[in-house]
Amino acid sequence: MFANLDLQQLLFGRFTIEQIPYHEPILQATFAGVAVVGLAVLGVITYYRFWGPMWRDWITSIDHKKIGIMYCIFASVMLLRGFADAILMRSQQAVAFGDQQGFLPPHHYDQIFTAHGMIMIFFVAMPFVTGLMNFAVPLQIGARDVAFPFLNNFSFWMTVAGGMLVMVSLFVGEFSRATWLAYPPLSEASMSPGVGVDYYIWALQIAGIGTLLSGINLIATIVKMRAPGMTMMKLPIFVWSSLCTNILIVAAFPILTAVLAMLSLDRYVGTHFFTNDLGGNAMLYFNLIWIWGHPEVYILILPAFGVFSEITSTFCGKRLFGYTSMVYALVVITILAYLVWLHHFFTMGSGADVNSFFGITTMIISIPTGAKIFNWMFTMYRGRIRFEVPMMWVVAFIVTFVIGGMTGVLLAVPPADFVLHNSLFLIAHFHNVIIGGVLFGMFAGVTFWFPKAFGFKLDDFWGKVALGFWVTGFYVAFMPLYVLGLMGVTRRMQHFDDPSLQIWFVIAAIGAALIACGIASQIVMFVVSIRNRDKLRDLTGDPWGGRTLEWSTSSPPPDYNFAFTPVVHDSDAWWDMKNRGFARPMTGYKPIHMPKNTATGAILAGLNFAFGIAMIWYVWWLAALSFLAIFVVAIAHTFNYKRDYYIPADTVSRTEGQRTRELEMA
Amino acid sequence: MMHADTAPPGAAAPVFYQTDEEGHHSEGSTMLGFWLYLMSDCLIFATLFATYGVLGRSYAAGPTPKELFDLPGIAVNTAMLLFSSITYGFAMLEMDRDRVKQTQIWLAVTGLFGAAFVALEIREFVHLFHEGAPPWRSAFLSSFYTLVSTHGLHVSMGILWLIVLMVQVSKHGLIVENKRRLMCLSMFWHFLDLIWIGVFTVVYLMGVLE
Amino acid sequence: MRAPARRGRRLLPLLALPLLTMLGGCNFVVLHPAGYVAEQQRNLVLAATGLMLLIIVPVIAFTLIFAWRYRATNEDAVYDPEWHHSTQLEVLIWTAPLMIIIALGALTWIGTHTLDPFRPLSKIDAKRDVPAGTQPLEIEAVAMDWKWLFLYPQYGIATVNEVAAPVDRPIRFKITATDVMNTFYVPTLAGMVYAMPGMQTQLHAVINREGAWEGRSAHYSGAGFSNMFFKFHGLTNEGFDQWIAKAKASNGVLTQEAYLKLEEPSEAEPARYYKSYMQGLYDRIIGMCPRPDQMCVGEMVKIDARGGASGEEAEANYKRLQYDNRLAERGIEGPGATAPASGTGPHGQTQPEGMRPRPDMGNPDVRGQTSPDSQGKGSGEGQSEGGQIAPKQLNQ
Repeated sequence: MFANLDLQQLLFGRFTIEQIPYHEPILQATFAGVAVVGLAVLGVITYYRFWGPMWRDWITSIDHKKIGIMYCIFASVMLLRGFADAILMRSQQAVAFGDQQGFLPPHHYDQIFTAHGMIMIFFVAMPFVTGLMNFAVPLQIGARDVAFPFLNNFSFWMTVAGGMLVMVSLFVGEFSRATWLAYPPLSEASMSPGVGVDYYIWALQIAGIGTLLSGINLIATIVKMRAPGMTMMKLPIFVWSSLCTNILIVAAFPILTAVLAMLSLDRYVGTHFFTNDLGGNAMLYFNLIWIWGHPEVYILILPAFGVFSEITSTFCGKRLFGYTSMVYALVVITILAYLVWLHHFFTMGSGADVNSFFGITTMIISIPTGAKIFNWMFTMYRGRIRFEVPMMWVVAFIVTFVIGGMTGVLLAVPPADFVLHNSLFLIAHFHNVIIGGVLFGMFAGVTFWFPKAFGFKLDDFWGKVALGFWVTGFYVAFMPLYVLGLMGVTRRMQHFDDPSLQIWFVIAAIGAALIACGIASQIVMFVVSIRNRDKLRDLTGDPWGGRTLEWSTSSPPPDYNFAFTPVVHDSDAWWDMKNRGFARPMTGYKPIHMPKNTATGAILAGLNFAFGIAMIWYVWWLAALSFLAIFVVAIAHTFNYKRDYYIPADTVSRTEGQRTRELEMA
Repeated sequence: MMHADTAPPGAAAPVFYQTDEEGHHSEGSTMLGFWLYLMSDCLIFATLFATYGVLGRSYAAGPTPKELFDLPGIAVNTAMLLFSSITYGFAMLEMDRDRVKQTQIWLAVTGLFGAAFVALEIREFVHLFHEGAPPWRSAFLSSFYTLVSTHGLHVSMGILWLIVLMVQVSKHGLIVENKRRLMCLSMFWHFLDLIWIGVFTVVYLMGVLE
Repeated sequence: MRAPARRGRRLLPLLALPLLTMLGGCNFVVLHPAGYVAEQQRNLVLAATGLMLLIIVPVIAFTLIFAWRYRATNEDAVYDPEWHHSTQLEVLIWTAPLMIIIALGALTWIGTHTLDPFRPLSKIDAKRDVPAGTQPLEIEAVAMDWKWLFLYPQYGIATVNEVAAPVDRPIRFKITATDVMNTFYVPTLAGMVYAMPGMQTQLHAVINREGAWEGRSAHYSGAGFSNMFFKFHGLTNEGFDQWIAKAKASNGVLTQEAYLKLEEPSEAEPARYYKSYMQGLYDRIIGMCPRPDQMCVGEMVKIDARGGASGEEAEANYKRLQYDNRLAERGIEGPGATAPASGTGPHGQTQPEGMRPRPDMGNPDVRGQTSPDSQGKGSGEGQSEGGQIAPKQLNQ
């Protein structure tokens, strides 16, 4: 019998069939939902015989545009998951008062808020941001791809592998209950035994490799691959914000990698970095994780700022006001992002000098941020504003974001933070800036660049409906949390005793329901737009009267982006070209040098996923095997020297001829 | 930012695209990209150094650096790594002269020095385990092992990479791609040397001489 | 408050209901605190908000005005597509926020120093200084797995989940925790401070009104976190003396065994008094050495300063310094345990030992894996020996 047990352990580690929660109604329903949708998707793919093209044109693609699109799709799927968690939390808090315990015991509720925070930041906001940067940056700088196309594909699949680990935790074992930053000592093996925190660690480590590599990739792209004439002060502002973001990524994510590695050593090897006993120091973890964590906030918001800048000047039909001060503001924010981390734990008792230093540096960040808001405002001034959906998101953003910014500066005053820290006021604040800033920015960006990516616009009506629901939903859901914060109600509560609070939570739940309508409208928007794509078709490649280079090529752009590398004379390069009588070249096409697709990225990410699962469940043989396989595949990849090819001149000529006909039709 | 820097009015129409194709940027971007990677790696080490700085005196009523570290042994270790850096430099010089065989020989010598370094480090760890100083004994030892073995792992990866490159050079000769890879590995190898000097100073010298 | 009012136009009907209830029984404790420290913090919140509204309101207003005025359909508005720079405006948009931040920064510097929780009070309210020779009331607060232990070294009593202080007497809290981080937070009294195992933080505060308020941990600490609250009583001097006397009259003694029992996780514990507690208990908690065979951190630090230890001595020290795994060794589930270690199966509905039973959670024991008694043990039944449950009226 014991021999049997050993074999079981040898083969499956700590996994047993009981670790699949087939008897839990919530999980059953979720699993059924996921299975039905998954089967439907697989069915559709099979029915339309899409497997081959999907493999050839998407999964193995190293085209930055396709990878960018896949990032956004992945982020949208994960948004549904993260939002499902949000709905569960809001409903639990709306009903669990007094004798009512609600429908989620703490054991489950704690996993949900942990998963919600972690998914929304790492697998919704991050992929959205990376996706938009991947899609737009090379087009905006007149490049044909990123500097390292293969790495780009690999980065994407690593992010997906990390996200999949979190998803697997729903149906095999459990997810962490130690909050989204896994603060020790709670996240240590002695306090949080089991697979939860391990799922968290490996999901982040694997996705983190992807994020870091993609950061390096985009910096190299921006620095090395700009079109001739595009000096740094002629970069489109979105590219500037991407550059700052990626510098932040490269300078912050290694810290996360290191600190999580130390936490995993604590859990797997029994070291004493963050334990209570034997000299460990949990405060070190707080400091290190927030030295990564605060720049992370700007990693998310800067690209959104870039999107808003592009959209504002495009739809105002006007040059961006104060380009130079915008750039300096970005750079100042990038630098200051590293000098404020301690404001996340003023209440740890660091002493008045330290606290006020970090409080004041935090406030100083609001100066460049404020300057940017003024710049958008004065871009609108004397403009001719076309209120298409992206521009509406901008106005919603400015109004919402300044409120969030104000409460943020309030929290930067240490004594004020003492009464508001860890309260629902704090929750309201960061949702105010992340939804009102990052998410609105991403939605605006997706609406803005969707016609570039697919050749047709998104449905206007449903876009506006979605915007209406999101904006009202946001206010209804989060303003009550500000109020509750002022009542001294703290976060992460599964149950409340005071029945007088309930009404506020009910309102917040209504807000969440409105946001759900917003998400539903967005889904409808995509379906309607795809069905009406012929009506919404844009043949010009420049549906909004754009100003930067991505609008100079067709929609969707050809594989090679530009038949001839553009030469830039102005920060609004395409606007300048249109104004000064740019004539599209019709002849003289040459073969174009392009990288080849490869499956290595997806395979490596798959092996990393297997490695993650093996480490989480202590399946040591699989861990060793997949680790070895990762090296074998990676090394084998380096033996392939033929990674590029030429698009023949007559293919280019044919594609461009098609574009000429489309332009005549438009 | 207006059109001041382009053609004056009345001059020929400005050039808006390049008719002759420029070469792709692969070389320059690879070096920049790899340098960026090294900087990010440097930050990992910076974090581990900072951790050692915080926890390095928390002996948890257990063994201390003075008692554990054998400075002459570490000096030999350091010499191995420094020699390997020099020999890698020789390999690069030979590479510039396009001499495959000499390059290969110096690479092999570098690899052997590197292997000697790793072997000595493993021997040190085995010795520490016997002394009753495993990584879970105290926060000091946790941060010590993590810092030093992260460096050691990097060196081991470097050796693996070196072997792969030697095979590739023997297969394809010193073609552009291989030269670029050798340059990257060169940066990596010297970077590790630099990190080791930090480790040697902060961990060993300051630990023993305190 | 202001924020919802701004969006009021659209949401007015929705907001009207709670606004009414709010006016009736206002419980904005952060805005109407009863302690001088919290009051100053409230004032700072209001002052900072006011300062920022100076710039926020015009920004929102001008954004909406510009958006409306320069809409594409308004052909009358000036359209100047090349206008993108104005030195005066640039100076304005950088200096206006700068001025606000300078003012706010000054407020912050002063406020952070005067309201440093580690700093003894110099005033008991806006008008009165602390009378010369006043001894602050010393309270040692310990965050445990989902309850709060309070020690009164000046009176020799200990309480669980209830703490009292006389009105207008400065209080000095010394705060620590047993195994995970928490924060000590009584919104009406003063801001929050972390409670961390092996470390001590401090909080100086004073209560200016009689009454009973809720205090709690504001930093998530595991499964029983939602029920980790306590009552804070502001009492008159006589009332406080009576309260002390009542505790003294109880028969509970917080001996070492009682402490080790108390240390086990439990939630929603009723208030409880101990007429005395073992000597040096607080130091042993901070030192992470509740059992006599354990080595206290203070001793460890001394050995480290002397140059560590080696050989068998080091081996012995290692055993004596084990602390984090003490509950696991007793077979008690960790506060953040997940499957398979939680023993209840993934997403299991059953509650681990020591947690309040949750009768309405559906089928409690689906797979019959857990022992049947795991449900019944709640409310610290197994732990109340040695401590006396507080009378009902104080428990409100």
